[in-house]
Amino acid sequence: MSAVLDDSGTSAGAGNGSSRRGFLKLAGLAAGGLALEFSLPLAQAQGPATGTSPEASVEVTAWLLIHPDESVVVRIARAEMGQGTLTGLAQLVAEELECDWSRVRFELVKPGANRARNRVWRDMGTGGSRGIRGSHDYVRQAGAAARAMLVQAAAQQWSVSASDCAVDRGTIRHAASKRQTTFGAVAQAANRLPIPESVVLKDPSLWRIAGQPLKRLDTADKLNGSLVYGMDLRLPGMLVALPKACPVHGGKLVSFDKAAVAKMPGVRDVIRVDDATVAVLADRFWQAKRALDALPVVWDHGPNAKVDSAAIAAMVADGLKGDTPFVGNRQGDAKAQLQGAARVIEADYGTPFQNHAPMEPLSATVQWTAQRCDVWAPTQVAESALATVAEAAELPIAACEVHPMRIGGSFGRRLATDYLAMAVRIARQRPGVPVKMMWTREEDMLQGRFHPVTQCRLRATLDGQGRIAAMHMRIAGQSITSYVNPKAMTANGDPTVFQGLLADSPEGHFGYEVPHLLIDHAMRNPHVRPGYWRGVNTNQNAIYSECFIDELAHAAGQDPFEFRKRHMARRPKHLAVLQAVADRAGWGKPAAEGVFRGIAQYMGFGSYTAAVAEVSVKDGQLRVLRIVAATDPGHVVNPQQVEAQVAGSFVYGLSAALFGGCTVKDGAIAETNFDTYGVMRLYDMPAVEVIVMPSGGFWGGVGEPTIAVAAPAVLNAVFAATGKRVRQLPLKDTDLAKA
Amino acid sequence: MTELHVNGRTMRADTEGDTPLLWVLREELQLTGTKYGCGVAQCGACTVHMDGAALRSCVMPVSAVPATSKIVTIEGLGQTRLKVVQDAWAELDVAQCGYCQPGMIMAAAALIAQTPDPSDEDIRSGITNICRCGTYPRVLAATKLAAQRLRATGAKQ
Repeated sequence: MSAVLDDSGTSAGAGNGSSRRGFLKLAGLAAGGLALEFSLPLAQAQGPATGTSPEASVEVTAWLLIHPDESVVVRIARAEMGQGTLTGLAQLVAEELECDWSRVRFELVKPGANRARNRVWRDMGTGGSRGIRGSHDYVRQAGAAARAMLVQAAAQQWSVSASDCAVDRGTIRHAASKRQTTFGAVAQAANRLPIPESVVLKDPSLWRIAGQPLKRLDTADKLNGSLVYGMDLRLPGMLVALPKACPVHGGKLVSFDKAAVAKMPGVRDVIRVDDATVAVLADRFWQAKRALDALPVVWDHGPNAKVDSAAIAAMVADGLKGDTPFVGNRQGDAKAQLQGAARVIEADYGTPFQNHAPMEPLSATVQWTAQRCDVWAPTQVAESALATVAEAAELPIAACEVHPMRIGGSFGRRLATDYLAMAVRIARQRPGVPVKMMWTREEDMLQGRFHPVTQCRLRATLDGQGRIAAMHMRIAGQSITSYVNPKAMTANGDPTVFQGLLADSPEGHFGYEVPHLLIDHAMRNPHVRPGYWRGVNTNQNAIYSECFIDELAHAAGQDPFEFRKRHMARRPKHLAVLQAVADRAGWGKPAAEGVFRGIAQYMGFGSYTAAVAEVSVKDGQLRVLRIVAATDPGHVVNPQQVEAQVAGSFVYGLSAALFGGCTVKDGAIAETNFDTYGVMRLYDMPAVEVIVMPSGGFWGGVGEPTIAVAAPAVLNAVFAATGKRVRQLPLKDTDLAKA
Repeated sequence: MTELHVNGRTMRADTEGDTPLLWVLREELQLTGTKYGCGVAQCGACTVHMDGAALRSCVMPVSAVPATSKIVTIEGLGQTRLKVVQDAWAELDVAQCGYCQPGMIMAAAALIAQTPDPSDEDIRSGITNICRCGTYPRVLAATKLAAQRLRATGAKQ
């Protein structure tokens, strides 16, 4: 079996190949576009690269290949997990390149190849809604540089000036001499040209490909079953491995009785993977599962064997009182103001663990020998994955490669590389044999990297004009960073805890002006392993702050929208999205009989978002009827994909807030499949209207920001409908029928 | 040896009788379009058609599949008139990650085959597949579009 390698990793036949760096300066644009200056490596390959016509396709910059048949293959370094980043990045390249969009295809970059070419494709990690906003500048430059090189090649052939040539959808024309040629015809010549020292990027107002609601590039094979996901991969001679790790995080594997299952059909082996994990190797998934389910295993569940949700809740609640050194936002002296206040409005909120539960459970296929390790896996962090693989393989990194696969949903789960290390450890016990490690849904649920459990105590007073005079928001609970990346912890604790609550941050700052404000965090870490879950801490931060703001509006006897507006004079972009949803939803005008509204706004991952939810509650049954949402991400590359992501974010966030929640029993997560971990289905889906309102001047994210506003808007609508404040989630735990 | 009639062909699989049909399709017949999402018939990613009706294949032991049953998987849908569903999915750009969509498409196809003029409520309660990316609004729209197209085709005949 041959490993599939991207041979651009072996480029540099000629002296001016992969080690030379090209520098680009961006000129200021007359139309008020970018004026940036920075350098980036645009190493140029001399040799052929992958593609359907390897002998004839050439790179024009490392970012794209041009084939003689005029097809353009755009190289994608970020991970595509359904969020549409792949298509958006290709649109940005194609916009500057001015090729024929119908000819555009894509190719996924591999991390070993990136490393071998001095990281010419830069960051591959995809998270924090940064896939497009973190790449747009240099991928556009690549498109512009490639266009310039192709034009130059044509101009040289014609002995004319490049500035007298025009490009239109992959055709280059010299009007004066009525000559024309195509990208495919001049690509070879362009490949031999130096990369231009400066390129001029188009102003987004001139976009004709970017900014358009084009269809995704990566759809066709999803509709007929031909797309091979990680779970589907088949290699000759492959074995399947189903692992089971100790259900209590931190516990240990004591022993297992291999003999009890060794003779079952197809079973090849039962192995200890590490100090907490056993695995069955078999020919087929069901053979492995049958044996794994029957395998006697003895665990040492460890010190957390008796921990349950109540114990965790008590541990977290302890952080609601007393002092803490971790402050996210401080204005004035909230504590003193609250001390002396005549009327304090106070509420305690809480949100539970959540599981990513992507439709595709975790998997990785590994072939390990003493010389080489290849891994085929879905991952959001291909370069970190490669480092993890090399370490687990105990091989030099240059002897390893990760072949990224297209991902059946991820939402942050595949930011972790735990499953890759595990797969390598398994495959090392079968040198030379491809081993596909597959997690059952139950294993995926038990061995999640959970959205953290937190509670929040909010206390506030109003002034004589009915505005917020002082507010203390104490968040208590789990820090993701302290587990995932302890080196990133600061003297002020976990920097991600305060997402969207900071005083001033391009990623997300608090929308309201409160003269005395204290937002702080008391860290309490249970043993359940945390991770970054779509929206991360903006989820509960928005629930806590936007539901409490609603409580304050009610205490002030004011309309929730008008009350918010009074505190947003210095937040025009927050207010603009809030105003947009209020206008579209008809806020202030009566809703239909039995329909009640709630509103929320939040800034996260660089974008401003807001939502109005319309709900009905009959006989204790909540129906979310309609959500009107607005997002301002600064720029929009594909508006119809933005709309899809916004609607999708509501499904993800509302599933968790209404039906989800992971509880802990005897130290382990209790919800091990979709029968107990509730999610939204089509029946539950409200009508969603999305206002995409980019205001320009910045680049905000799309995949996550709007997830924050759905739950608080719905919860505020539930209050309007029932007079009940639901402060503990998931909402399914509250009986809305009771008075 | 089990004999199955899949996508218009007779195929043979050497497998234990308690193996779910899902895994026989995926691993013995190399038809990996039908997906594993939960294994307990909750999510619908494993949906195939058995004699025209939607079936969650993850909980159907292959020994319980009648020998005469005609099974259609996502790979075979394109050869049937129900390919209108796949076409509608493409037209409305329904899929995000795509992992749930084979099962979703098969569920929608069975629905419109049985209910040629489905109401929104028919579709909402008839398709219970899980999509974590949240493509539900477009699933609804594309199912309606596919039903409309199928009716138009039928009307011409």
